[in-house]
Amino acid sequence: MNKLTSKLKGNKLAQIILLVLYVLITSLSLYLAQASVTAFLLLLFSLLLLYYTELPDRLKWLIAGVVLIGVIPFVSSTGPGYQSYMEVATVVGIYVAMALGLNIVVGLAGLLDLGFVAFFAIGAYTYGIFATGQAANFMPFGTFPLSGESFWIFILIGCFVAALFGVLLGIPVLRVKGDYLAIVTLGFGEIIRIVFNNLDKPVNITNGAMGLASVKPPEIFGYQFVYPNQFYFIVLAILFLVILAVRRFEFSKIGRSWKAVRENEIAAQSMGIHLVRTKLLAFAIGASFSGMMGVVFAAKQTFVDPTSFTLLESITILVMVILGGMGSVPGVILGAAVITILNLQVLTEVTNYLNQLSLDGVISFPEALAPAKMQRFIFGAILIIFAIYRPQGLIPSKNPVFDEESLKEGSKKHRKEKITVEPDKGFQA
Amino acid sequence: MSILTVSNLTKQFGGLVAVNSVDMAVEKGSITAVIGPNGAGKTTFFNLITGVYQPDNGNVQLGSTSLVGLKPHEISRHGIARTFQNIRLFSNITVLENVMVGLHKQLKAGIVGTLFQTKKVREEEQLAKEEAYHWLEYVGLAKHLNEDAQNLSYGAQRRLEIARALATKPKLLLLDEPAAGMNPRETRELTEFIHRMREDLDVTIVLIEHDMKLVMEISEQIFVLDHGEKIAEGKPAEIRNDVKVIEAYLGKSAVTPA
Ligand SMILES: Nc1ncnc2c1ncn2[C@@H]1O[C@H](COP(=O)(O)OP(=O)(O)O)[C@@H](O)[C@H]1O
Ligand SMILES: [Mg+2]
Repeated sequence: MNKLTSKLKGNKLAQIILLVLYVLITSLSLYLAQASVTAFLLLLFSLLLLYYTELPDRLKWLIAGVVLIGVIPFVSSTGPGYQSYMEVATVVGIYVAMALGLNIVVGLAGLLDLGFVAFFAIGAYTYGIFATGQAANFMPFGTFPLSGESFWIFILIGCFVAALFGVLLGIPVLRVKGDYLAIVTLGFGEIIRIVFNNLDKPVNITNGAMGLASVKPPEIFGYQFVYPNQFYFIVLAILFLVILAVRRFEFSKIGRSWKAVRENEIAAQSMGIHLVRTKLLAFAIGASFSGMMGVVFAAKQTFVDPTSFTLLESITILVMVILGGMGSVPGVILGAAVITILNLQVLTEVTNYLNQLSLDGVISFPEALAPAKMQRFIFGAILIIFAIYRPQGLIPSKNPVFDEESLKEGSKKHRKEKITVEPDKGFQA
Repeated sequence: MSILTVSNLTKQFGGLVAVNSVDMAVEKGSITAVIGPNGAGKTTFFNLITGVYQPDNGNVQLGSTSLVGLKPHEISRHGIARTFQNIRLFSNITVLENVMVGLHKQLKAGIVGTLFQTKKVREEEQLAKEEAYHWLEYVGLAKHLNEDAQNLSYGAQRRLEIARALATKPKLLLLDEPAAGMNPRETRELTEFIHRMREDLDVTIVLIEHDMKLVMEISEQIFVLDHGEKIAEGKPAEIRNDVKVIEAYLGKSAVTPA
């Protein structure tokens, strides 16, 4: 095995061939086998393999695009499990975007936020209220529901409204630090949920605990998005933009100022970094990703109510970030995918399987160990194992590597005439 | 001409007067030392100048602008940079990025420019890397550019703090115990380096230091604090023979024979 990996290292052609083979085999088994969860998961796993190949970045993106846009929807389309696979993939995408948003706040800027789902809720309600008759209760003009064509603009609106709330939350919250910040954000998350739960009087804005039903599905040129396989592509497109944005922020002046604030607030300030503005920007940008996905969520479910936005959701997103690797974009993507798939697919499958066994009388479980209850237990155990064996996360964050040669040349322009530089000589003048 | 003028500066922590009515004028282009026993209030004095603490009373002026009430990042923008007694690097990012943070205020990239990676933003970023690298060369850390700051040796961390401070292009540089923890050779190198910085960069330097050899050798003017009060000021030769200073360092018995 070791021999094999050492042979593969550096041999890009072999890597490509193996990867393509892998994708082919898993696709074929998914294509032929009806509703094989294993094959579906193995196919998704190819993206992780792709990450570890040594191909140039552009090629990686291209291959990932082909697999995500072409292969996965196509090969899973034959079986009866099609929509459920697409549903899983869509939900994974939604969580990945949210986890990437939270990663900016927690991983890059170092601000522990336990109420992050609030921004998802804000996005969902923003669309939910206007894409149902609900808005007619308090809007003096306009006809509601708005048509499904407004969905596309609402992605942007959801983004901005969530960002705005990110700033509003940030202003009072930034007076506190560390553990206290966590508690205050937790409070904020609960407040938002409770407000949505009770804002049906005096003016009925959110329809309270009843929730908003029959949210208009997205529509473009008369074409409606109703099924998971259609939402899959919307989520994919947004996710692509989110990842691009995160990458660009991370290695920019803005990203550096987040990291500086995370590492040492006093030193960051003494370097000219505006502490409040930097933190608010992290909150706003992180929240905006969630807001966009909230809009998609509302449209996909066609139903929004406060129970989707509990503290458990916030914690789940935080777990994705920590499990994946704080501050690490690939890590957080993997973390979000693993947790979502565990919750939606693997653990449910295991539960179903065990239930089947006990129905058939093969084994019998005492009441306290019923498979449905075991599900959370297994989930917790897995988290603990990860935390112990991979404390830095599944893919720990990596710092950029700069090319010294190119900098050496460029640094000369910055030298004032009288400065003499003797590299690596230390303080010796 | 004095670049930094401090008058009647006072800071209390509860009942403790950490800095008590201190007056001080620092000549432009000079190397000035602030000395005094542990707990004398030297670091607090720096913290008052850089806005980490707000004074209870008194004034701090850089040139003709008052710094009282300004936030640390605003004071940095006015041209004061500092290092810290207990090193405060950005430990988990690379050495080069540490210095790049020092370039923060001269970079113009905003949200939109960053998102679209405009040509201007890309060029600016490349220039920033080069400039940061240049500062690493200047302090002799160039070959460590890709290491995490926390993995540097102690002496190298102190140098990185200086490089990061220099990147902000300060008019006034405050060094809080730069030689602490250095061996005699490193201290000697540091002494030369401080001289060199002043020559090369037109920067005024104020340092807090315990190493008396370094202080006497390097500084043109010395201020002595004890229990928050300024007990003496003058040239090295004057300070060396000042009764109050000897008393503060060695105790009363050293000057009044029993
Ligand atoms: N944030 C603070 N809160 C309370 N007391 C402080 C604080 N900072 C410094 N002090 C106290 O002020 C006095 C002066 O401290 P400092 O300025 O660090 O002295 P020096 O740098 O001269 O050794 C000390 O007695 C110290 O305990
Ligand atoms: Mg001190």
